[in-house]
Amino acid sequence: MSARDDILAKVRAGIGRKPGTDRGPRPVPAPIPARGQVEGEARLVLFTKQAEAVAATVVRIPDMAALPAAVSNYLAGQNLPAAIMATADTDFDTVPWNTQAMLEITRGTPGIADQVCLAQAAAGIAETGSLVMTANADNPHMASFVPETAVVVLRASRIEGTLDDAMARLRVTGDLPRAVSLISGPSRTGDIALKIELGAHGPRRVHIVIVDEPEAA
Amino acid sequence: MQVNSSAFKEIAHKALHDDQLQEALGLLRTNFGDARATAVERLPEFGALRNAGRDIRNHTLENLDHYLEAWEAKATEQGAIVHWARDGEEARRIILGLCRSVDAKLMAKSKTMISEEIALNPFLEDEGIEVIETDLGEYILQLADEPPSHVIGPAIHKTKEQVADLFRDSHAALDPARRLVEISDMVGEARQVLRERYFEADVGLTGTNFLIAETGSSVIVTNEGNGDLSQGLAKMHIVLATIDKVIPTLNDLATVLRLLARSATGQEMAAYTTLSTGPRRTDAEGGPESCHVVILDNGRTGWLGTPFQEALRCVRCGACMNHCPVYGAVGGHAYGWVYPGPIGAVLTPALVGIERARHLPNASTFCGRCESVCPMRIPLPKLMREWRRQEFESKIQPLRQRFGLAFWRWLAQRPVLYRWATAIAVHGMRLLARDGRIRRLPLAGAWTSVRDMPAPARRSFQSQWKGRK
Repeated sequence: MSARDDILAKVRAGIGRKPGTDRGPRPVPAPIPARGQVEGEARLVLFTKQAEAVAATVVRIPDMAALPAAVSNYLAGQNLPAAIMATADTDFDTVPWNTQAMLEITRGTPGIADQVCLAQAAAGIAETGSLVMTANADNPHMASFVPETAVVVLRASRIEGTLDDAMARLRVTGDLPRAVSLISGPSRTGDIALKIELGAHGPRRVHIVIVDEPEAA
Repeated sequence: MQVNSSAFKEIAHKALHDDQLQEALGLLRTNFGDARATAVERLPEFGALRNAGRDIRNHTLENLDHYLEAWEAKATEQGAIVHWARDGEEARRIILGLCRSVDAKLMAKSKTMISEEIALNPFLEDEGIEVIETDLGEYILQLADEPPSHVIGPAIHKTKEQVADLFRDSHAALDPARRLVEISDMVGEARQVLRERYFEADVGLTGTNFLIAETGSSVIVTNEGNGDLSQGLAKMHIVLATIDKVIPTLNDLATVLRLLARSATGQEMAAYTTLSTGPRRTDAEGGPESCHVVILDNGRTGWLGTPFQEALRCVRCGACMNHCPVYGAVGGHAYGWVYPGPIGAVLTPALVGIERARHLPNASTFCGRCESVCPMRIPLPKLMREWRRQEFESKIQPLRQRFGLAFWRWLAQRPVLYRWATAIAVHGMRLLARDGRIRRLPLAGAWTSVRDMPAPARRSFQSQWKGRK
């Protein structure tokens, strides 16, 4: 008997399942915390508060045309070089990068030498202040993990209230991409003497740029 | 990992006199225990969510064959290759075969307790495959050649000075005059050293917190990001899972996530929750070219249909050990194997046999704090009591202890004799007492060698109660 059949036979013997019987009824659905069940501006406020509570920074801009200035200001404020690797996301193609003459933009997937990366989130979750990053050619999984500083564009229209709403959004597209990451603030560790330090292996800084204008249909 | 649980008493005794360990354990009570209480207070639905979490896990276990098959079908459809392993030996062989198939020299590994359970690292290294632990705590322990002492903070028994010394000894290529004082210096150094290894690794191995039947995914919940870098930069991603990890749907994931980090560290969410489903879809997105999931039983099917089925609800948050007065006094190494604390006292006898771990379910006062904080409401004291019962029945205790327990049972079933005998004992103990304390008690010399026994009251509770009526 294969290991698979052996294990499944032991499972059935253990739970007393007779062949050909249906599974039992599902338990009643779990409660969804009231906190995240908010709409409109209140949802944006909650998202910002929760993201800041996990040590992310948040700014809000009206449209993508304001992105170059927002990025430049952030880098200058952090004393970081005015250079950024932006993912292949087509939404970044039409951004007027030339409005910031000093800002050096390269496009692609960040490697070990890239310090700052710009990517776009698939969604946000107000309940937890999390970004939902879905891996694809536009925004590879590693864009959120390799750089020291992650700058992430999040469309206000993509901010969901609760974790369950975010799960429903993932479900709409059918099968999941290879990697879906819910990211709540920068990388951290408490592994030495239980003191929380940021920037263990992933980004030390997570900067979220909320864009009010929805994406073009 | 070698089972050393029979030495519980000796290791616990040393631990009580280890000042550095006691300092580290003190931090655990304040940093994790208090943080959990605050996080729970902030979420009014927490109690109802615990019930829901328990019900989800019970439902899944009661229909485990269905959900394992559903998960396997979906994961396979998504391009993952699923392997089943009855025991550690089979799992190690499968993983070695996978490494050989890509001619792997280096494995980047994120923290998995299951890999400790099956002693994966020494096996692979004997076969010529270098394994690098990437979770900071596990990395520290790999350098120190020590086992973990906590399920989520494996190196919490180490002080920062000990870590600094270890880094100086191990990172010989770095400038000996470098600054290594603050914890941030050490975190930065580990980051720098490990960064290149992720890019070099051929295989990334992760454990998993959950398998989702609906989507065929495996989920890792981490704070450092090492689990993502391990799987995202290697050619091959291997997931090591056990049969109890499966949950039905994405919404069930939302529910258990609300419980997990709050119970573990008092965070509302861990920094990273990543759902991995199959291999890369396109070359442009990067990620592993192949994804393999090893599903291990290792005796767990034998717990189904027994009282220990409830222990399979465990999500490894560590809340039970963070709140346990015994763990808080002796630390994790005293438990002698992979899983310490109250959950370890239940799992270890099940995984290695009660005869090799009989002290563990006895190392509890049954104060019940573990059960009161368990997000999955596992009745840990009840399960430890079940092990004590089995221990007594299998006649593995020393004769004196068995005789004592048998005598107690005989006496306790005879109320008249019991009252008469206890009245004499109370009288005798009061004669031994000075200033209300008994400093040495015959037949309990070991107990009174480290503490005084309070003198009993003149009249027993029962006779006082009678007098009140």
